[in-house]
Amino acid sequence: MSQFQPFRLLLIALLAAFASVLVSLLSGSVELSFDDLIAYTVGDIPALQRQVLEDIRLPRTLAAFVTGAALALAGVLMQVLLRNPLADPYILGLSGGAAVGALASIMLGLGGWWLSGTAFVGALVSVGVVFGIASRSGRWSTTHLLLTGVVVSAGWGALINLMLSTSASASVQGMLFWLMGDLSQSRVGLMQIGILITGSALALRAARSLNVLVRGDLVAASLGVHVNGLRLSLFFGASLLTVIAVTTAGSVGFVGLVVPHMLRLTGARDHRLLIPFSLLAGGTFLVVADTLARTLLAPQQLPVGVITALIGVPSFIAILRSAPSR
Amino acid sequence: MTPLLTADNLLLCAGPRTLCSGLSLRVEQGQRWGLLGKNGAGKTSLLHTLAGLRTPREGTVLLDGTPLAALSPAQIAEVVGLLLQESVDALPSTVLETALLGRHPHTKNRLFDNAEDLAIAHEALRKLGIESLAQRAVNSLSGGERQRLALAMLLAQRPRLLLLDEPSNHLDLGFQTPLIHLLLSQARGNPEETIISSDSVSQGAAVIMATHDINLAARVCDNIVLMIGDGETLVGKAVDVLTEENLAKAYDCPIARVENEGRTLFYPL
Repeated sequence: MSQFQPFRLLLIALLAAFASVLVSLLSGSVELSFDDLIAYTVGDIPALQRQVLEDIRLPRTLAAFVTGAALALAGVLMQVLLRNPLADPYILGLSGGAAVGALASIMLGLGGWWLSGTAFVGALVSVGVVFGIASRSGRWSTTHLLLTGVVVSAGWGALINLMLSTSASASVQGMLFWLMGDLSQSRVGLMQIGILITGSALALRAARSLNVLVRGDLVAASLGVHVNGLRLSLFFGASLLTVIAVTTAGSVGFVGLVVPHMLRLTGARDHRLLIPFSLLAGGTFLVVADTLARTLLAPQQLPVGVITALIGVPSFIAILRSAPSR
Repeated sequence: MTPLLTADNLLLCAGPRTLCSGLSLRVEQGQRWGLLGKNGAGKTSLLHTLAGLRTPREGTVLLDGTPLAALSPAQIAEVVGLLLQESVDALPSTVLETALLGRHPHTKNRLFDNAEDLAIAHEALRKLGIESLAQRAVNSLSGGERQRLALAMLLAQRPRLLLLDEPSNHLDLGFQTPLIHLLLSQARGNPEETIISSDSVSQGAAVIMATHDINLAARVCDNIVLMIGDGETLVGKAVDVLTEENLAKAYDCPIARVENEGRTLFYPL
């Protein structure tokens, strides 16, 4: 790869991100034109348009971008931690724990902050359980960690099914939307943005070490990487990023698994490139998916998780087929 | 002068088994050590201990006179390079990217590669005869090509102590001799090397290689550690340690020795 190409790719990703945000801001039931956006920046915009932009579209677009970026980065980190291309942010059972928390809130008829609060607690419980089991046995091997995560996920899955099957039918639709991922009520604040930026900066700082860690713990240790410390940071960093994503939008599937892989297949295997690339592409992907989710069958809103899979599957297959099988 | 590596009174165990006990070594720059013993005798465990990846049950390992325990992994990696028997490529990168990983201990810039590191990586690939594969994905390589790549990564690291676990694995017979000369040139201190590396490592690196090939060790090593089992080890000059009796004891089978064209060959009876 020449020295120039990475920067060109990043520039393209940056432009795509910008375009997706623009399209998202301009799409919806209330007509908003590009001129309105320009007018908004100089503070000269009709009250209705201002309200739609400030209260609805901007926060929702921002939430979509932050969630998508956090999931894609968490996916990259989990794949390195577990050294497994099939790993995604939810593989260690975190989304299951969050789901049980969120569903409990919905069951009890609690909404708003309760929903993200209980999801947060559920996710933390799940992280704690997996970490407790994995570190207590003293074996941080990838297989052991993966098995622990899969088993814990299965446990949460049983609880989720129990809650779904015993809930009143009126609340089941809300539960399903949460499980599939939905951005209609989503807002992010300074905390989520701060975590994402800090996490990205730390991940980028460690990018070279991640390149080495992918080759195996022993290789990494013999090349001077502090393997245990790095793997612990990966575990908690990826978990925290996933927590901010699921507490914002529920368990949106597919972004964390597919975005990193699409980028790897197009040549961004080096984590110094893959990390910024994933952030931009993950954010863009979810903004586009959410725009479609709220406009395709308007005024009916679709869960964004359905759209991510519907666009994600065919495009992934296309890239898989066109990737050179060197 | 402080030896490059000192092992003092090492006790290594694997579960209930004692791999070696009371093992002491003094490895000087430019020396070539062979590590011999049956499968499971503890060759790899000893190499990993000398590389600081494993803590001995008893005893200490000193690098340039400093205990390994007092050094960070990064400090050790600037001096010690380890060739492992296996590699992982679940998320494969290209051959060149992999060779560049060898520069990791020396690279200060966290984001950008410098021209010198790239030149060193290319040079290492060239020396191993795989420069034409530079852009290939690692998972498309054959076993022998992977072994050459692992060696290229090690050369790119430019360690002063090379710990090699079965370096001739997967390699054609025809490439084994050039490879050995390449590794020995590291040990002798190659003038070509000193032009590029600015530090004053002109005395040459030391090599410790674990191998199951007695004849390879007999041909290239000046010192031998023979792991006999039950914790017993023989350490000394190759000519003193590599005798029919010692080898028969270590490998549990009668071994004969012949001299041919100035070379010593051992073969099982």
